[in-house]
Amino acid sequence: MLAGAAVLTALVLALLTMAYLRPHRLAGVTAGQWIVGGGLILPIPILMLLTGTALVLGEQLLPRGEVAYRAEARAEQWAWRFSYPDVPGLPVSETLHIPAGEPVDIAVTSADVIHAFWVPRLGGKIDAIPGHRNVIRLQADEPGIYRGICAEFCGPGHETMQFRVEAHDLETFKSMMAGAAP
Amino acid sequence: MTEPAVVSPVRLHKELDAIWRTPPGWGRLSSVNHTVLGKRFMVLALTFFAIGGLLSMLIRAQLATPESGFLEPALYNQIFTMHGVVMMFLFAIPMFEGFAIYMLPKMLGARDMAFPRLTAYGFWCYLFGGMILIAALLFGAAPNGGWFMYTPLSSRPYSPGINADVWLLGITFVEISAVTAAIEILVSILKLRAPGMSLTRMPIIAWYMLVTSGMMVLGFPPLILGSILLELERAFNLPFFDPTRGGDPLLWQHLFWLFGHPEVYIIFLPAAGALSTIIPVFAQRPILGYRAIIAAIVALGFLSFGLWVHHMFMVGIPHMALAFFSAASALVAIPTAVQIFAWIGTLASGRPRWDIPMLYVIGFFVVFVIGGMTGVMLAMVPFNTQAHDSYFVVAHLHYVLVGGFVFPMLAALYHWLPHITGRQSVYRLSVPAFWLIFIGFNMTFFLMHLTGLMGMPRRISSYPSNWGWDWLNLLSSVGGFVLTIGFAMVLADILMQLRFGERFGRDPWKAQTLEWATATPPPSYAFASIPHIESRADQIDPAALGSRLAGGEGYLGFARANRQETLAVDMVTGAVEHVVVLPRRTLLPLWTALATGAFFLCLLFRLYALAPLALLGTLGLFLLWPGSLGETADQGPLPIGRGQSAPLDAEASNNVTVLASRTALVTNATLYSSLLFGGLFLLVVAPNWSSAPETAVSWAMLLAGVGAAAVGGVAALVGDRNNSGGRAPGPALWMTVAAQIAAMVLLGATAFLLADPTQHARIAIVFAVLAYCALHAGIGAVLSGATLFRLARGHVSQNRGTAPRIVALWNGFAAATAVAGAALIAVLDTAGAVA
Repeated sequence: MLAGAAVLTALVLALLTMAYLRPHRLAGVTAGQWIVGGGLILPIPILMLLTGTALVLGEQLLPRGEVAYRAEARAEQWAWRFSYPDVPGLPVSETLHIPAGEPVDIAVTSADVIHAFWVPRLGGKIDAIPGHRNVIRLQADEPGIYRGICAEFCGPGHETMQFRVEAHDLETFKSMMAGAAP
Repeated sequence: MTEPAVVSPVRLHKELDAIWRTPPGWGRLSSVNHTVLGKRFMVLALTFFAIGGLLSMLIRAQLATPESGFLEPALYNQIFTMHGVVMMFLFAIPMFEGFAIYMLPKMLGARDMAFPRLTAYGFWCYLFGGMILIAALLFGAAPNGGWFMYTPLSSRPYSPGINADVWLLGITFVEISAVTAAIEILVSILKLRAPGMSLTRMPIIAWYMLVTSGMMVLGFPPLILGSILLELERAFNLPFFDPTRGGDPLLWQHLFWLFGHPEVYIIFLPAAGALSTIIPVFAQRPILGYRAIIAAIVALGFLSFGLWVHHMFMVGIPHMALAFFSAASALVAIPTAVQIFAWIGTLASGRPRWDIPMLYVIGFFVVFVIGGMTGVMLAMVPFNTQAHDSYFVVAHLHYVLVGGFVFPMLAALYHWLPHITGRQSVYRLSVPAFWLIFIGFNMTFFLMHLTGLMGMPRRISSYPSNWGWDWLNLLSSVGGFVLTIGFAMVLADILMQLRFGERFGRDPWKAQTLEWATATPPPSYAFASIPHIESRADQIDPAALGSRLAGGEGYLGFARANRQETLAVDMVTGAVEHVVVLPRRTLLPLWTALATGAFFLCLLFRLYALAPLALLGTLGLFLLWPGSLGETADQGPLPIGRGQSAPLDAEASNNVTVLASRTALVTNATLYSSLLFGGLFLLVVAPNWSSAPETAVSWAMLLAGVGAAAVGGVAALVGDRNNSGGRAPGPALWMTVAAQIAAMVLLGATAFLLADPTQHARIAIVFAVLAYCALHAGIGAVLSGATLFRLARGHVSQNRGTAPRIVALWNGFAAATAVAGAALIAVLDTAGAVA
């Protein structure tokens, strides 16, 4: 996408430069050729390809079907609270624990204003809207610590609303969850 | 009446100027002249641009270093919110309005806009509304919830102060000027053109402005409705957006972006129109693909209303629906590409020459094409999930808005400033100023793409130093200051031109459009006589035409009866239709705007007992407006020069007043449709509707009210038909007054007898619909009464039927809204209980 954009920008600017420096090279191009060629033939296939690819990719990212691991993220001014519906006894914490290498569905809600859940290295973002419940599916390929932030402006503590995601290998994660269960 | 005698050009100038001029001293406040007001709009817009620029410097100073303590978060939030608010609402839109008001009549061959007093009223609303916002900033009470004011953050529980009210009321006050300007621009383009200028002979910029004004007529009502509903929630606790009581924060987002996306094209299209006018001048050939460009901008206008959801990809809308909006967003690239290649083709097939305006045109190409590319990227859902609300979006929106508006406007400034000042550019500062702006801009904003991709979200007042964003932010800040120095040099350049620029004769650029046929600086009446257009209006010789027009060779080349006269034509063919008598200078717009301002201040300071008084004062002042206009006897056709004659506007059925009334009703209908949409949206989408409390609506009273409104509407239509058929309209108009007063009382009583509307959005929506219908019935009664007054004064006759026509339009509309409102209430009343 970046390369394509760079090529197209360069093409437009090169034509513009030629219009000034080598006008006779372009003098033979008719009005219809400019408009049909530049306005229709050039962009339409590119846009169709791009939109189609985006649609397929977007479908693949959707939380379809059931996954083995679920978490709840509840936002409030200005902190995130994470819990696990399958392990109700686990105390609510400000760190999200997930298994590495496994898809996890995170249901995002808000207690007050609109926030947005974003772990830049793990994937896209989703809004936390009071009265709505949005699900995002993330997967950390490697165990480790990933930083998360609130991406929707939510008042004077917005920039402090950061959180940690700890991805553990599956065995550690299972024992953590089991150890916490009553 | 015979045609006045031909006089010398100098005497003609003196006679016309005596009628049209704005007096010096305090008399300036009474000006209704488009040249004067256009300049005031633009100077004020540039002042706000400077204020917005200063705010951006504070932002960049804060973000230059990590963990900066320069501004505390609470203040930073006000500053970034106000930067967006000032640039979007107080700079970009009013700058376009001022440009259109100054330039359009001169490009179309008219002596003024269609409604000079409305221009003045719009200007005062803009000034006073802007002053409220800036005063709030100085007192530390400015809006602080982001320029798009998402609820619930902007609702009373999370923003208890006055800050959000300043936004809602101040912006709505300013938007009055946007709506009045839109209606006026639309009507002026369609009616006030030089004879012979058919739609297909208009200069291309008039097409851009026609589409833009049409988009404003439809685009602003959702925002105004959203602001009214949110202010009602904040002031009276009506829960339209509160999810715990059947409201939904997403309703605000839909209403805001339903305005907000067309807004982007409302800003871009006039600037593109300026490019389509400037490029042919410097390519020394007519624009290539005139019809293709018209098709492209009409397509852009339609498409822009189908894109708003791309600002909301992250709110949890189903992916297939997102795909539709994603494809529509990508589609916008096509009409834009058509224009880009038409411009390059124009240059390539002409004999291009260089001057300062072309520097900025090239700057536009570079910046805007990059902005377009990132726009297509952002339209793709998977990419958007990463880049949304990050600095990538900040970079993109500055590339499109600065590329698509500021660079073209700078080109326009250098192109048309000689028209305003009568002096040529001095050049010494112009080139280095361009390079500072171009380099500074790209340095500031290109790097933000990277900052955004590295995960920096928008709207944070500080960031830790170990996240890798430090050097990018520092360089962006340095670029920002370079950019500002560039703008300061442009300002110095303008002042130099005003002081030292050389004077010139007509048409210094050898442009081929009509505005250069006026003297420069332009006289108060613009054209001493109005030309007859025989070719496309971007292919004329203004220098030769201008001196003939100054000699009075065109239409209306005389001063008559101390009246400000211009011509109206058939909308499509451009054939002469009638003589428009424009209202002369008056303080009435200023007083009316002051009363309107008092109303907004009463709401702002919660003086709800006084607010109705201010509203009645405003309405009363508006009722004085028609007083000075109209005739008490039929005049018949009057000579208009060139051996032709035409009737006065009062005696024409398709006059500008009727067209403007129809347009205003379209705006009003869009507002009302947004309200009805809001009701259905909440019913379908909002949480907490399964246990919605009963509305307790009194159906007998409601149906009686709708019936009365219907009778009022039918009676008004009968009154208009009777008048145009030569029968007395009085009885039917009295019937309208009585029926609409009954409708107002019945519908108002239904609203006040509802269950407590603060309990649930269902009751609040029903309340709002009833209040809207009652208000429209009441205004219908007042308009009908005012027409009876004009009838008694002899202003209405079979030929002079404008007033009864407007009464019929309004009351017919009011009746239709009552019926539609009852239907929505029926749906909410039953479906809510079932759900």
